Amino acid sequence: MSAKLIVGLDGTESGNRALAYATKLANLIGGCELLVVYVIEWSPYTFQTAEENSQRHKRREEETKMAMERIIDPAVASLKADDLNARGIVRHGDVAELIDAVAVEEKAEQIIVARSSEGGFVKRVFGTATANLVMHASVPVTVVG
Amino acid sequence: MNKIFKILMPVLAFLSTTSISAAQETSSLDAQINAGFAAATGWFVNFIFAPFPGTSFPWIVMWLVIAASVFSLYFVFVQFRLFGHAISLVKGDYSDPNDAGEVSHFQALATALSGTVGLGNIAGVAVAVGIGGPGATFWMILAGLLGMASKFTECTLGVKYRNEYEDGTVSGGPMYYISKGFTERGLPCGKFLAILFSVFCILGALGGGNMFQANQAHAQIAGIFGDYPGWITGLIFAGVVFAVIVGGIKSIANVTEKVVPFMGILYVGAALVILIMNADQIGWAFGQIFEGAFTGLGIAGGFVGALIQGFKRAAFSNEAGVGSAAIAHSAVRTKEPVTEGVVSLLEPFIDTVVICTMTALVIIITGQLTINPETGNYIVEGGTIVTATGASGVALTSAAFASAFDWFPYVLAVAVVLFAFSTMLSWSYYGLKAWTYMFGESKGAELTFKIIFCIFIVIGAAASLGPVIDFSDAAIFAMAVVNITGLYFLMPIVKRELNSYMARLKSGEIKKFSGEAGKSAAE
Repeated sequence: MSAKLIVGLDGTESGNRALAYATKLANLIGGCELLVVYVIEWSPYTFQTAEENSQRHKRREEETKMAMERIIDPAVASLKADDLNARGIVRHGDVAELIDAVAVEEKAEQIIVARSSEGGFVKRVFGTATANLVMHASVPVTVVG
Repeated sequence: MNKIFKILMPVLAFLSTTSISAAQETSSLDAQINAGFAAATGWFVNFIFAPFPGTSFPWIVMWLVIAASVFSLYFVFVQFRLFGHAISLVKGDYSDPNDAGEVSHFQALATALSGTVGLGNIAGVAVAVGIGGPGATFWMILAGLLGMASKFTECTLGVKYRNEYEDGTVSGGPMYYISKGFTERGLPCGKFLAILFSVFCILGALGGGNMFQANQAHAQIAGIFGDYPGWITGLIFAGVVFAVIVGGIKSIANVTEKVVPFMGILYVGAALVILIMNADQIGWAFGQIFEGAFTGLGIAGGFVGALIQGFKRAAFSNEAGVGSAAIAHSAVRTKEPVTEGVVSLLEPFIDTVVICTMTALVIIITGQLTINPETGNYIVEGGTIVTATGASGVALTSAAFASAFDWFPYVLAVAVVLFAFSTMLSWSYYGLKAWTYMFGESKGAELTFKIIFCIFIVIGAAASLGPVIDFSDAAIFAMAVVNITGLYFLMPIVKRELNSYMARLKSGEIKKFSGEAGKSAAE
């Protein structure tokens, strides 16, 4: 039975550090499966115009496609280049909530994320996605500095 | 100093002469637009608001109320049976996590509400109680409660028969469900009715959804900065709307969509505070509402006058049966059209039963309507109740709120302008969908409508209130004539959908998703 590790990316340089650490850890453990997750921040309780609503499905497809092409596919390719078993998924919603949900659903051993790249006002008021994940995660979380 | 003054004097004299003549020219331009507008639209208004022979009851109001009552009975008071379920749906309890990122029920409801919550809740209610007395509130609430069933019917059909295009965008509304639904049922004239609806929808978008809004927004701004020609406000508004709908400057729309709900909450919050401050009078106010509903309390036309005003303003405010909401709600991504119908029934409830009633209560409780102490009846002059400040329309609501918070008229003025802007954006979309239904989904057709829409903002702001408000009401109600005709023929389809949905909900086939994690579509 192989261990499954979840790697949460946010499309920034810090995400790459999480990926590098996950690669190292997977090689040390051996026989791991890596699941790379990117969450597009989205809330069902925002306000939109009628025109935005009518185009929402199209936009969602575009957002997912773009995230796959720009973030997930390169990350999975780099893991596969290191002879690791990897795949990736993109979801819409709350970052911390969804990474944890994926970990539970996939019966993962551990979540690896980078220290948050958020800053300023949002960080002060709402905390960061990473901090929220650490506080509510159902499986162990490694935060890469 | 003296020298400078001597040089400046002729310049100042010249400027003042030109500005006076410019003002005279602009006011005559306003008058010309107004007279031309009244002459062009009078016949249409007269037809829509024609009373039943021998009475003063407009047939169109009865048309809406009968339809709402028929739908309430036909769907066995769906608005009360499924009220709790509607709230569960809006909370997202039944939303499939796989659909995260699509338009949620909450978003569809909020978008539709931003098109209806606005001047109807502020100015319309003041007009209703100003003419119909407190009793109008009772009939307004009743019309709101019944209207929930009309909204349910049209929004279910809106989702069921919308067009989904290959690029992922959607178009829906009465024109689509009437033409497709009639074909499905083997009924004739579906296409004709759909086009007729589209024509009225365009007129409604240019009237109530545009000119009325521009007109009232100008009245508010002129109330603060002093009177000036309406076309100036019109040009500014047209410029901003043009920037959003043609220029695609999303940031303006985004800001509006975020500020408008905040304004709505502030408005309801202020009304609640005033009601709490006068909690001892709420019982009396409801007493006036009930007594006035059946006796009229001395208002012109008695209880029938109260009833007409209440029904008329409720219909204009929540647009139930008009078909506009079906266009807004059809964008939601759901496998079950009934769910969107159920969510949409909250719209007349929030708009009319909650917000309109708040406005009416504040006007009544703060003593804006003058009562003859000897008879206990309201003092009526020229068909309207004499108000404490002599104000009517938005100014009456403003005076009522000002009696508790003297700064509130400024907030209200900003709210009215923003509500007007947001309603214009919504209706520009409704009108556009009707336009593209008739002329095809092309960039050229879209641009033509959008430019016409912006021109009408200037006309609306420049015209005086009378002809504009008449035409606005008439155009919107004309949509209801066609839409409700279609709904009568298509309601068995809604019934079938509702029965099937309820059976699956009961059997547990449709279940709550809350707390469960779904699988990604992009895996």
